[in-house]
Amino acid sequence: MCLFFYFRDRKEWADLEPVPQDDGPNPVVKIAYSEKFTDVFDMFRALLKNDEKSERAFALTAEAIELNAANYTVWHYRRVLLQALDKDLREEMKYITAIIEDQPKNYQVWHHRRMVVEWLNDPSEELQFVAEILSQDAKNYHAWQHRQWVMQEYKLWDGELEYVEELLEEDVRNNSAWNQRHFVISHTRGYSDSAILEREVQYTLKQIKKAPHNESAWNYLNGILQDGGLSSYPGLLEQVTELQDTCSSPYLTAFLVDLYEDALETNSSSYDQQETLNKALELCKLLAEEKDTIRREYWNYVSRSLQNTEYITDMLQV
Amino acid sequence: MGTQVKDVVIKPEAPNTLLLDKHADYIAAYGSKKDDYEYTLSEYLRMSGIYWGLTVMDLMGQLSRMNREEIIEFIKSCQHDCGGISASTGHDPHLLYTLSAVQILSLYDSINVIDVDKVVDYVKGLQQEDGSFAGDKWGEIDTRFSFCAVATLALLGKLDVINMDKAVGFVLSCMNFDGGFGCRPGSESHAGQIYCCTGFLSITGQLHQVNADLLGWWLCERQLPSGGLNGRPEKLPDVCYSWWVLASLKIIGRIHWIDKAKLRSFILACQDEETGGFADRPGDMVDPFHTLFGVAGLSLLGDEQIKPVNPVFCMPEDVLQRIGLQPDLLN
Repeated sequence: MCLFFYFRDRKEWADLEPVPQDDGPNPVVKIAYSEKFTDVFDMFRALLKNDEKSERAFALTAEAIELNAANYTVWHYRRVLLQALDKDLREEMKYITAIIEDQPKNYQVWHHRRMVVEWLNDPSEELQFVAEILSQDAKNYHAWQHRQWVMQEYKLWDGELEYVEELLEEDVRNNSAWNQRHFVISHTRGYSDSAILEREVQYTLKQIKKAPHNESAWNYLNGILQDGGLSSYPGLLEQVTELQDTCSSPYLTAFLVDLYEDALETNSSSYDQQETLNKALELCKLLAEEKDTIRREYWNYVSRSLQNTEYITDMLQV
Repeated sequence: MGTQVKDVVIKPEAPNTLLLDKHADYIAAYGSKKDDYEYTLSEYLRMSGIYWGLTVMDLMGQLSRMNREEIIEFIKSCQHDCGGISASTGHDPHLLYTLSAVQILSLYDSINVIDVDKVVDYVKGLQQEDGSFAGDKWGEIDTRFSFCAVATLALLGKLDVINMDKAVGFVLSCMNFDGGFGCRPGSESHAGQIYCCTGFLSITGQLHQVNADLLGWWLCERQLPSGGLNGRPEKLPDVCYSWWVLASLKIIGRIHWIDKAKLRSFILACQDEETGGFADRPGDMVDPFHTLFGVAGLSLLGDEQIKPVNPVFCMPEDVLQRIGLQPDLLN
């Protein structure tokens, strides 16, 4: 434990009266680390009270952030000082990088980074930086938000699909990466391009073959086909049914139920309605009783809904 | 290839009965030692910390053990000239802590100790061109803040001051291909954000815009074999998701899609028999945040030892009845 020269003892700070937090008496004995904390934050409060805009105030914000990087008021003050003192923002970016590397899940520092990038109007390091943070935790929600903001704000779409594929190679169950895939494509070519849609369907099925028990891949497949409808997508039923032997999972079964449900709801002429209903109900029963019992209430609900659909269809045919 | 499901294993000796008295003692004593390091470190969220503590005490029928006068004075000292309220004295105002303060004052039926009109102005002033809300003057946008804004205004009876259509439009633009919601348009679906968005849509009377079956499915998929709930696919369970996920399901009328018995046993396993309080998962350190959401989750599951909790506001139902607030729920 290194010695800390308390601010209250430093002669360059002698003009300031430290402002203690006013919620209780100070105890007689305190551990050294919390002494430092009190010292720094008492000084911080003094600076705030005097609205001081100086280099020493700027230096103190760094001390305060080191002790408690979640204190948003300190970050605010630091931003005010960055502008008032016309500080070097590129130096600030280095500082921010160090803090994020140490505390990658802190809201305040990520927002601070965004503000400085905006002030600099320079996103050139951002994608590389975020990729580095994601290499340590590929699901860091803050990192992904920052990345999306940078890409949208500065129109930096090139190479992102390749990056997403790399991440999915490393972990095909990374839900953030699947979300990013959707994000990139939605903002570039889009899914209404049938060549793109087919490419995505085949890509997803390929990933499913590699790791069948993958919620994200199945959600993605379902999601991109919602508009067109699962049952009318050419060859899809065959491809998914083929996977049943080698790649079975509750997700596959659930997907088939969704597909059959779509066939019934759209009263698709390519499907024998009665047979489709029977198959769907059978799968719901399998899921409720065996494969996904924890969600039996959901599967029973789906069964009931399917039967109501059939009933309505019947009614209209009478 | 083996299927490794990311989950915890509940040990047989984990707590399996509800230790309400211990939790009340834990919360009552929390923060009484003001020099406690963890307490000092969390000063930047103090207003929310007080809201968590008071709410869980009220749900357990123990609100009287908390220091009402001290807290009300504290809140008064946290309202700034702009009308916004800060987490603690000497901190800057923020929408998060403005909501927490209004929730606390609602619990105590003392809303008029602060300048209500100025709070309303503050909230209104944070709405952006696209309908979203910033958290404070520094401009961070997040659907959490859309929720904070409408929840605050609803508790004050002043929802009409904002541009409702745009506010709704922004939240709906955060709806994803899986039926869930993220923090901004395009952001990954996340149970915490989903709670905020469904809560928002409930308050604003727009729940019909949700794809309840699709979202309900995504939400009940959060339940893992241990019975606990995670916040997004392939993540570990955490007791606070017992709130974010469960409350969302309640709001959209599909809470029965969760295996209640299994969830209850997970939540109970997160208790600490010695210190009282709940941790994020069995065996970890407890804190007031997880204690509130563990107890609130149990309330939603129907535990009769706990007061009914409102799934939109995470406040006791009787408080909202007194105020006359009954946000829509789907059935």
